[in-house]
Amino acid sequence: MRNIFKNHLLMKINSFPMFRYGLLLLAAIMFMASCSSGGKGKTGEPEEVVVDISQIDSDFLDDIGEVKKIFYSLPSPLETAMMIRSAGAVYNEDLLNSIDNASNYTTTKSMALNLGSYTCDLSFASLYDQTEASINYMNAAKKMADGLGILDAINDETIQRLEENINNRDIIMEIISDTFMNSSSYLQENNRANVAAIVLVGGWIEGLFLATQMVDEDSLDSSKLVNRIMDQKMSLEIVVKLLEESKDSPDVISVMEDVQNLKASFDKVTITTTPIEAELDEETNVTVLKSQTQSSLTPALFKEIRDKVVVIRNKYIS
Amino acid sequence: MKRIIYLFIISLVLVLVPLNANAQCKGFAKKICRMELVPYIHDGNYHAAILLEGEEAELYKTFYSGQEYRIAICGSDNLPEIEFTIMDANKNVLYSNKDNDYARVWDFNLESSQQLKIAVTVPPGGNEAEEPESGCVAIMFGLKVK
Repeated sequence: MRNIFKNHLLMKINSFPMFRYGLLLLAAIMFMASCSSGGKGKTGEPEEVVVDISQIDSDFLDDIGEVKKIFYSLPSPLETAMMIRSAGAVYNEDLLNSIDNASNYTTTKSMALNLGSYTCDLSFASLYDQTEASINYMNAAKKMADGLGILDAINDETIQRLEENINNRDIIMEIISDTFMNSSSYLQENNRANVAAIVLVGGWIEGLFLATQMVDEDSLDSSKLVNRIMDQKMSLEIVVKLLEESKDSPDVISVMEDVQNLKASFDKVTITTTPIEAELDEETNVTVLKSQTQSSLTPALFKEIRDKVVVIRNKYIS
Repeated sequence: MKRIIYLFIISLVLVLVPLNANAQCKGFAKKICRMELVPYIHDGNYHAAILLEGEEAELYKTFYSGQEYRIAICGSDNLPEIEFTIMDANKNVLYSNKDNDYARVWDFNLESSQQLKIAVTVPPGGNEAEEPESGCVAIMFGLKVK
């Protein structure tokens, strides 16, 4: 039966030249769809020793075997804001990207960067129970998402739900997480991974800006925030890989230039770590990954990083 | 003219079917897998893909000290139990769900921030004569608000 169908189909194909052209067209469409679907095929006994993490990072990220899909995951704006807060930062609204700037963003690149920055500021304000600022930043983020054509990521219902639960931090966090996931999934599903990557970088730079501005320069050695900033050396490697996936996009190329400039300074940060031991707490069923890390950042290098972050961030929000 | 319309419809179907599969994947991640993160708060990132039996995916992420994490990795019902391992930068396996009854979630925290790799495998189906099943696989992260 299958052969009869096959022969019938072949006869049909041979009898219609237009059908053959049609098949070529379909093949081309399918090829394009598969290229842009986001799937990416690539070819490509611990002792108590201290390892320089900068040596590992590049090898680790390049060691990709035959896998169907590779994800490079950056801290989301929500995670970035939580990191800053847990490092003991004090809320300062003057540091956030003014919502008045929202009308200045008219290009895809600027709207994507500032969807990231506003979502980071929204998360930050919400974590400090800044109710009015939270609603304002959600509206600013909505403006960016609408401008990018992200349908219904943030709608009037979202704003209403936020207003109704403005004193319930858990629900607010859930709303922020939901809207960010809606935006990134919409962009990825509509073959706009380049825009999704720029949104993430925008949020990451905003978080780095807030963290570097909140550091007390007189207590660099004991600052948890400084440790968080140094840790971004590892995320920076992932930022580069993420952007490389969309290196055909001119917007991504320009963001990549800024990131590489920043990476040149972060490359001077030294981080060494001992091998990790996983220890399960049977009572809580939580595993603790035990290891000791040593990192160093001179005051001069801190200033260099902070100044570069200021330049990049101001470029993005202006 | 009929043929052109016919071709147009087929083209449209071929383009829309993968989009619909992706949309289902988003629904699966949002409605099913995200529930596995409770009581942790989903970080908002979206990592999901359609995989066939026998295929693998990898995810690279920096995890920070001072945060409490839950990783949830789920596959759609038609796929076999999803395997995942967590490795450090020296490729040491820190956790494998195969040793833990194919648990969908893993809770952990870190003494120092680390870049980790999550390797996800959809095991091959039992019957080689059959077409491999395909389905959505989602990798999601939860955080604890302190």
